[in-house]
Amino acid sequence: MGNEQYTIDNFGSWTAALDNMLNNVMPSWCATLLECVLVGVGLLLVYAVLALFYILYERKICAWFQCRLGPNRVGPWGLFQAFADMFKMLIKEIIELKHIDKFLFALAPYLVIIASMLCFAVLPWGNGLQIVNFNIGIFFLIACSSIGVLGILLAGWSSNNKFTLVGALRSGAQMVSYELSVGLSILTMVAFAGTMDVNEIVLAQKDCWFIFSAHIPAIIAFVIYLIAGTAETNRGPFDLPEAESELTAGYHTEYSGIHFGFFYLAEYLNLFIVSGVAALMFFGGWMPFRVEGWDGFNQIMGYIPSVVWFLGKAFLISFVIIWFKWTFPRLRIDQLLKLEWKYLLPINLFNLVLMVAIVMLGWYIH
Amino acid sequence: MANLQEKIARLFPEASFEEADQLRVVIPDAKLHDLVKTLRDDSEMQFDYLVTIVGMDWKTSLGCIYYLMSTRSKQIISVKTSTEDRDNPMLHSIADLYRIAVFYEREVYDFYGIVFIGNPDMRRLFLSIDWVGYPLRKDYDTNPELNPVSIEAERQSDFTYQWDQTESGEVKRRERRIFAEDDFVVNIGPQHPATHGVLRFRTAIDGETIKKIDVYMGYIHRGVEKLCEDLNYMQTLHFMDRLDYFSAHNYHHGLCLCIEKAAGIEVPRRAQVIRVMMDELSRIASHCLFLGTFCMDLGATTMLFYTLRVREQILDIMERTCGARMTFNYDCIGGVMEDIAPDFVKDVKELLAVIPKNIKEYNKIFTGNVIAKNRMEGVGVLSREEAISYSVTGPSGRASGWACDVRKTHPYSIYRELDFKEVIRQEGDSMARFKCRIDEITESARILEQLVDNIPEGEYLAKVPKVLKLPVGNWFQIVEGCRGVFGVYIESDGGAKPYRMKFVTPSFTAACVVDHITRGQKIADLITIGGSMDYIVPDMDR
Repeated sequence: MGNEQYTIDNFGSWTAALDNMLNNVMPSWCATLLECVLVGVGLLLVYAVLALFYILYERKICAWFQCRLGPNRVGPWGLFQAFADMFKMLIKEIIELKHIDKFLFALAPYLVIIASMLCFAVLPWGNGLQIVNFNIGIFFLIACSSIGVLGILLAGWSSNNKFTLVGALRSGAQMVSYELSVGLSILTMVAFAGTMDVNEIVLAQKDCWFIFSAHIPAIIAFVIYLIAGTAETNRGPFDLPEAESELTAGYHTEYSGIHFGFFYLAEYLNLFIVSGVAALMFFGGWMPFRVEGWDGFNQIMGYIPSVVWFLGKAFLISFVIIWFKWTFPRLRIDQLLKLEWKYLLPINLFNLVLMVAIVMLGWYIH
Repeated sequence: MANLQEKIARLFPEASFEEADQLRVVIPDAKLHDLVKTLRDDSEMQFDYLVTIVGMDWKTSLGCIYYLMSTRSKQIISVKTSTEDRDNPMLHSIADLYRIAVFYEREVYDFYGIVFIGNPDMRRLFLSIDWVGYPLRKDYDTNPELNPVSIEAERQSDFTYQWDQTESGEVKRRERRIFAEDDFVVNIGPQHPATHGVLRFRTAIDGETIKKIDVYMGYIHRGVEKLCEDLNYMQTLHFMDRLDYFSAHNYHHGLCLCIEKAAGIEVPRRAQVIRVMMDELSRIASHCLFLGTFCMDLGATTMLFYTLRVREQILDIMERTCGARMTFNYDCIGGVMEDIAPDFVKDVKELLAVIPKNIKEYNKIFTGNVIAKNRMEGVGVLSREEAISYSVTGPSGRASGWACDVRKTHPYSIYRELDFKEVIRQEGDSMARFKCRIDEITESARILEQLVDNIPEGEYLAKVPKVLKLPVGNWFQIVEGCRGVFGVYIESDGGAKPYRMKFVTPSFTAACVVDHITRGQKIADLITIGGSMDYIVPDMDR
């Protein structure tokens, strides 16, 4: 790691110690296998808990916007409502449909959920707490998130239903378009960071987060990323693929039980991933907030564990996205595409040039 | 009126005239089309608004009564035509003169079996395709075995029929396709979140663009008009809560007025004021609900809760006075059922205090929003002429620039004395329909302000005989519901039960126009347009 400053909660040293210990007591292939299993189990747990948290989080925020109380019966402040919902989803019957391609129909939710799970692998959860660290982390993330579209298209197509088909077509058009903006705005930041390695991007923001150090182009990129990211996750005001009032439930109309649950979970987890990537690219990942010269303040900030920093930032950005959803009406498909191709894309390209110029001229905060 | 009668008598020597509360022309079927065309196009008459077509069965003959209104002089005229042939009744269609006539005639065909020659779409409208018999005919066989409840899916057809008359006078049936053969038809409804009830749009789409919509109604058709024929006048009232349940008070008011007019009952002033206040409270509640559900259709869910806050307050007021939050059954013949609750005045004042603040909030959160503007402006434009031709009344008609508020055109009860503005906009798009309703809330609040301190003391219910019998005759009354013109037609044979009762509902026409204004628009626009027309399915199906 080479980062002595944050030894308090440097997970890197813990994981290294565990790795050492395992390698001492068993052959290395065995140790690797065991580590993989441990990581897998851990990942699934985190995934499930986060999804539950998000369900409750959104319901509470939404209730707050709508002058309601939200879930408040199951457990204190309705804390266990999400668990109850999840349990219900698990035990629900999966309805068998006739006239469908059963294999593709069953495959679709797994594609969606696998796509979002793969993205978890490269997120910088905390200091040294990352599942894989490799030099094209960001690229991997964008690549993985694209698999999700395939799942949605497949779901809509294989259901053999006109509503789902329209939903799938919409989502195809939408996600392919908005992936451009997500990619380009991330590319802008990659141009600034000079690396695609997630860990290095975080470390580069040790003293000053990118949103401050790269000022104007970073802010533009952030705004575009937030809009495009919302569209990528199919959330309001871009929830056309599942527009409730138009297509009942869009591509997942025909799904029931845990298959529907997978789509549901993936939607919330994608929200987290989009927020997490925003935190990583613009707000320093797990890096605490530091101000040059305020040593006491910086010290206190440093005491807050890195995991808390990362999750906190991600939740805050999610809050903004949830805020969008419960405030704005939905766009129409032509307006949606117009927004992307006529506004966001040109601005994005211009912004990329601007960022490169700023990097070349050194007009950023060092 | 005398002038008009003379002129018609001059132009159509075949025409005779009957006693009714409006001028009534009786004309043989052969001349009907010419007469209606003259009535519509003559510069002195201009009866350009077809209020309704009332199907009738006079036992010896079958026929129709056409109620026409001039949007310029506000005069109402009725035209009666009939046919003696009960086995194969045919009349000439006026579907080429009024676009809504296509649907009105289908309704008559459905209930009386009268075929309209020249109507391009002669199918049943409410009843299922294989229904046996024509239920509103007096000789209808109600034997349940004829029309058993089927557990099979209802038969569907892609075809419709048109009857044409050749030069020689021979009538021929022709089959027509509803959609083109290779159209991609999506069923929007009957179970769909945006149709606000069980209404079905068979929608032919090309990608996201709508090519044609076939409105398919009747899923909650309960045959209210038929049921009324077996009940006495008091009993018919409670159906008014079940048509447009958001303007229950207004509909009650309409039917009461019609019966009171027929029976010559004088309503005490206190009851009149209470009725009008209830009407306007309903209007605010109904428009609030519209704002909420419309925004929800567009994907802005939060707005619903903001508008429901006001609606809840109104429902509380009504609950205290009427004892119910829906299906109030409050207005009754001769007045109102119960006196107002002791806190009524205080509650209404509290409501009036919060309305301006809330409207400001609605405008801030939604009307000015750029996405909302893009979704609504220029979407589903309905011109004034089309609105009249399709008989789209109420806020939707007024958004197209048609001054059709019955409270102004044919003032009833105490509306003549009240100071309020008729909200009219010119754009005719979904945004105009939305804004129209917001402004109408303000106007209704103004009416309430004028009345809340001026509820006179006195009786709230006039003396009405226990068994009410209307004299022989027919009466027609229109009132302004929350969604537009609500009309009641009563024909009495002198008994305690109506011989025929017909309700003209605004939601029906609002749904019929959807096909016309959605052509070439996107699927999402169908939701916007449907939402902005604000139809209530039980109101159109009856």
